[in-house]
Amino acid sequence: MPKVIENVGCPYCGCSCDDVRVTVSDDGKDILEVENVCAIGTEIFKHGCSKDRIKLPRMRQPDGSMKDISYEEAIDWTARHLLKAKKPLMYGFGSTNCEGQAAAARVMEIAGGMLDNCATICHGPSFLAIFDNGYPTCTLGEVKNRADVIVYWGSNPAHAHPRHMSRYSIFPRGFFTGKGQKKRTVIVIDPRFTDTANVADYHLQIKQGHDYELFNAFRMVIQGHGNDLPDEVAGVKKEQILEVAEIMKNARFGTVFFGMGLTHSDGRNHNIDIAISLTRDLNKVSKWTIMAMRGHYNITGPGVVWSWTFGFPYCLDLTKQNHAHMNPGETSSVDMAMRDEVDMFINIGTDAGAHFPIPAVKHLKKHPWVTIDPSINMASEISDLHIPVCICGVDVGGIVYRMDNVPIQFRKVIEPPEGVMDDETLLNKIADRMEELKAKGEA
Amino acid sequence: METVTMTLTSQPELFLECYNVTPDQFAGKSLAEIAALPAHEGKIQWKLGDFFKFDGKAGETAADTKIVVNGDVRRMKRFGQKMSAGEIVINNDTDMYIGGWMTGGKITVKGNADSFLGIAMEGGEILIEGDAQNHVGSAYRGDWRGMSGGLIRVKGKAGNDIGTAMTGGTIIIEGDAFIHVLTHAEGGTVIIKGDVEGRVGGQMVKGDAYIFGNILYPLPGFKKIATVEKEVDGATYTFDQFIGDLGERKTKKKGEIIYGNIYLKK
Ligand code: SF4
Repeated sequence: MPKVIENVGCPYCGCSCDDVRVTVSDDGKDILEVENVCAIGTEIFKHGCSKDRIKLPRMRQPDGSMKDISYEEAIDWTARHLLKAKKPLMYGFGSTNCEGQAAAARVMEIAGGMLDNCATICHGPSFLAIFDNGYPTCTLGEVKNRADVIVYWGSNPAHAHPRHMSRYSIFPRGFFTGKGQKKRTVIVIDPRFTDTANVADYHLQIKQGHDYELFNAFRMVIQGHGNDLPDEVAGVKKEQILEVAEIMKNARFGTVFFGMGLTHSDGRNHNIDIAISLTRDLNKVSKWTIMAMRGHYNITGPGVVWSWTFGFPYCLDLTKQNHAHMNPGETSSVDMAMRDEVDMFINIGTDAGAHFPIPAVKHLKKHPWVTIDPSINMASEISDLHIPVCICGVDVGGIVYRMDNVPIQFRKVIEPPEGVMDDETLLNKIADRMEELKAKGEA
Repeated sequence: METVTMTLTSQPELFLECYNVTPDQFAGKSLAEIAALPAHEGKIQWKLGDFFKFDGKAGETAADTKIVVNGDVRRMKRFGQKMSAGEIVINNDTDMYIGGWMTGGKITVKGNADSFLGIAMEGGEILIEGDAQNHVGSAYRGDWRGMSGGLIRVKGKAGNDIGTAMTGGTIIIEGDAFIHVLTHAEGGTVIIKGDVEGRVGGQMVKGDAYIFGNILYPLPGFKKIATVEKEVDGATYTFDQFIGDLGERKTKKKGEIIYGNIYLKK
């Protein structure tokens, strides 16, 4: 009899939907049906039971080909190279559980290297702004049950977080929001007329890269200086700014969701910083909150786990062994790669081969490169060593932090391919091996 | 004043952290002791003597010690970090954190400096004859106190974040700057003799920006109130005075609201 598993978490985007229904075959090896999941989410479950999964580590040979090796050999090779490198970098963690992220912290503390996660090319600037200016945030449950004004600023959930609007923000009927979308005002601020803008009540078509000025203008209005505004700010007319500011002031509960449009245009952390300042201003007259649209289902995880381990969420420099240091611009993965500042690279649960600038990849490629990932991707194909692992949320469970910092227990729905390790086991074995080598004086 | 000359003899493979190259660390030490001071390349702890050869003599005190750095030190950071007195002259381009957290003395770089120049500096003087990158006299991440005293002069251009969260002191950029000048500042003066792309004085509570060229994208939070004559860096000019950031919280002194100022040269 096929088995139906309820309340399964979807290991794809930052929505971390945990209401998925998965129907599994008799032998627990195949996924027959997935419900309550969007199109991208479906793919990850399908991939999980694909027959083409890699089952053994693969090592690059002198002739350029890849040869299957045992997990023991792969663990030993990685441990020895980590100990030998002066400044190894482990980067990724977009797609793994907190248990794996904690084990990674152990590995890099022993190795004395750099530890970074995908926030470094994503919401890292948001962390910097939060350090500088605080984070008046809430949970997605509060948004669903209370919010009557929703702002999407520089984010396009219609494509990047497909169920965000239906599950949390615009459409759901909550405790105080029984009329759902009918009683909610949606404001989208984006240079493009996106599919999200298409469902909005107001779309402010801002000039690309000038968000800081528009935030400044809104703050002027809230502080009572609306009359001093020029006729147009960042391509948006003064009347429109005044009208939208009025809606914000009269909200019962408002939330600003912001995305890459703010973190990856000029000014970066300052765009978020001033968004936080605006949220604070609005709280004098109404109730407002702000939230980063984190990309992957557990990219919030490493920030949480490493903050409690080392005091910093990303861009960690653990080379000094007795203290952690962090300063993006210096200790951030892309900057270090561009400056040729690391001499070993471990790509885990992401694809630096596809996401990093070509000169950065070229520098990293000069040194030993290990990819730890269930799939073949660009990083795995240029690696010296590719170690396959389980897919979190499909064949291994674990703790996951949703974009609003709410921890969720994800489940395993099928058995992993025989012999394939999960991230936590693999990384702990690498850490154990390093300790062993150190004790023997081989490092 | 006694002088120690350090000349590069071998390049690090990655980048070397020269946090011990300060008059404070060198003072009262023999050349052999100086050469034995640690420096880090990633997790490897080297000795300064592994990369430099040392000549001359250190003074008894920091104030009495001058350090001259020769050779291509583009892959070396943290010269003059936390120094309190004395002098450093670097005869080349150099990397990040020059004069970070310094409290006194003077650093001259006869080339370019990278980012985080003079961050959280409290006193003393830095002169960069070439360009600087980002975060000149800014705060360290998460700190609300940037540069609080002293003088940084960059003869060339600079990038973004000039005097972020600054509370005192003066920064002079003789060329152009990119964006974010005096953001979040609570005091201090920044003089830009070239053009600025934009975001001068955003979220500024207090402080003075003097811009000799253009601001391509001025912030809406600033309002023109007067035309004034001011003496800046040794000469007198006429400026339009703008106050702001009107969107930011304001403090009061003797019943009067204190604003940040942008002086735009006419
Ligand atoms: S919205 Fe995101 S988490 Fe939810 S089902 Fe789609 S991909 Fe999965």
